[in-house]
Amino acid sequence: MSLWEYANPARFMVLSARIVPVSGGLAALCLVVGLVWGFFLTPDDYRQGSTVKIIYLHVPAAMLAINAWVMMLVASLIWLIRRHHVSALAARAAGPVGIVMTLIALVTGAFWGQPMWGTWWAWDPRLTSFLILFLFYLGYIALWAAIEDPDTAADLTSILCLVGSVFAVLSRYAVNFWNQGLHQGASLSLDKEKNVADVFYFPLLVCIAGFVLLFVTLVLVRTQTEIRARRLHALNLRARMG
Amino acid sequence: MTRLRVRDLACARGGVPVLSDVAFTLGQGRALILRGPNGSGKTTLLRTLAGLQPALRGTIDPGPEAVAYAGHADGLKGGLSVAANLTFWAGIFGTRDIAPALEAFDLTDLRERAAQNLSAGQKRRLGLARMVLTQRPVWIFDEPTVSLDTASVGLFARAVESHLAQGGAAIVATHIDLGLTADVLDIAQFRARAMDDPFATGVA
Amino acid sequence: MIRLVARDLMLAVRAGGGFGLGVAFFLIVVTLVPFAMGPDTTRLSVIAPGVLWLGALLACLLSLDRMFALDFEDGTLDLLATAPIPLEGVVAAKALAHWLTTGLPLTLVAPMLAVLLNLPAQGFTWLVVSLALGTPALSMIGAFGAALTVGLKRGGLLLSLLVLPLYVPTLIFGAEVARRGAEGMMVSTPLALLAGVSGSVLALLPFAAAGALRVNLR
Repeated sequence: MSLWEYANPARFMVLSARIVPVSGGLAALCLVVGLVWGFFLTPDDYRQGSTVKIIYLHVPAAMLAINAWVMMLVASLIWLIRRHHVSALAARAAGPVGIVMTLIALVTGAFWGQPMWGTWWAWDPRLTSFLILFLFYLGYIALWAAIEDPDTAADLTSILCLVGSVFAVLSRYAVNFWNQGLHQGASLSLDKEKNVADVFYFPLLVCIAGFVLLFVTLVLVRTQTEIRARRLHALNLRARMG
Repeated sequence: MTRLRVRDLACARGGVPVLSDVAFTLGQGRALILRGPNGSGKTTLLRTLAGLQPALRGTIDPGPEAVAYAGHADGLKGGLSVAANLTFWAGIFGTRDIAPALEAFDLTDLRERAAQNLSAGQKRRLGLARMVLTQRPVWIFDEPTVSLDTASVGLFARAVESHLAQGGAAIVATHIDLGLTADVLDIAQFRARAMDDPFATGVA
Repeated sequence: MIRLVARDLMLAVRAGGGFGLGVAFFLIVVTLVPFAMGPDTTRLSVIAPGVLWLGALLACLLSLDRMFALDFEDGTLDLLATAPIPLEGVVAAKALAHWLTTGLPLTLVAPMLAVLLNLPAQGFTWLVVSLALGTPALSMIGAFGAALTVGLKRGGLLLSLLVLPLYVPTLIFGAEVARRGAEGMMVSTPLALLAGVSGSVLALLPFAAAGALRVNLR
């Protein structure tokens, strides 16, 4: 059986109904363990004090803010090329989750920045890029909401997502050019020497796993809702046609 | 000679399949009248044939480059004269002479009149006159006789007849008798089944 | 395609306002700036390049929603989509007509408005160059936004929401050229980047915009 079989709405409903309880439960477990471990069982940073602990919310949210958009881009491409409805609806479902992640990253960043840099907001390239990403999410969600016909909405938002992705990357470089920043370097990388210290590293990994599982769960549940709404739309139209 | 061959065609409106298994052939010099109740998918079928929307399935041979389409709206610019409106479309379709189009729809005397000062019927005639300029073999009309009086309907029928006589073909969705020799196709028989819609079945 | 541009220009002239509106808006925005910032000429001359770029950008936005809407409502767009010219060409022609009626006049009046804001003398050339290079991209990105929202009844506000974030790279590089020009610095790097952004926008976005139009016509 090919992977594309799950693009059939009925099959997707069956499969996702099986995944959601598992992924949801694991997400809750990881988040509780990761956050308790991170907040209460790790020492304060010698320079940043207890403020550093906001990293357990900030970094996972920021990672997902970007990866949610990447997921939307992939789902949009699949819709444009293979016309699988579930793919388009999954992209739609991911939008609001992504924008909330972006918002969490921005707000926790402000709380972190205030004691560290002495200001809630600075026009640092990373912060600015996330603000721009937030605007892209807004436009994407607003376009979905504005168009009544579901297939037209799916097509137009997919095109917007594609073009928006190119412009988002372009904006990232433009913003870098415009202002070199004061944001610290990446907290995680595969090169272990550069990573944050181990005591922070492991609870952070658990938190990231929790956020990813939470994202998967939310997107699956929201996709189910979108599929039901779509079915309602189809039945209504059919009833009206007699 | 066949001007248009449609096989196994399925089309959707608003994401919901409305027609399936549409099949017919249109020969040189032939006209086809489409019939069917409101909402049966006449406009959807015509727009699919004109290439304005993609078919769900099936083949249309030749493609939209052989088709000239006249829909509900005439695409006129009120600020431009009758002649300027036609000259624009002549330029787009690579035709030089707009006189035959003016003549066929009795617009020669109105040629300098601004389109916004025409009556509804005159506007419709101007919209239909554009078809003469397209030089395409298959003409497609969606309710062409709206706001036309009896004399103008006669003009329209004669324009279509002369197009057929020159080897063209035409498809007309209409409810009135145009006095054309034409085949009639009732599209109610092509209504799509529920199983064509992935969301109408099997989702709890 | 030249016919399409010519017809759009003629319609813009006949309908009036096509040329004037954007320029008038630009003038008003620039006039309001000293009221908000105070009349201090040194301060005004510092912010002049940015304000002029921002004013021109907002003025560009004004007439975007009409770019395809009129042709969509009266059925012209249906007929153009079935005509033997590619829809990408139609989009490019529309964007060109928009630039000729909006971007070009804005570029031409910008030096006059720059006088009001006390722009340093060395900055005038680079202001005009940056606008001349950047405004075509603004028109083309706007055409893409207009193509996305053409089927909507009240698409104007949504259009702004979609288009403004896409204007960010053009604004950054354009305003940077104007600023560096005014401060007598080297402009070659931002100028090359601005040209790159404009060039790629003009080359690629007609395809995306035509795709969006096709979806809206079905």
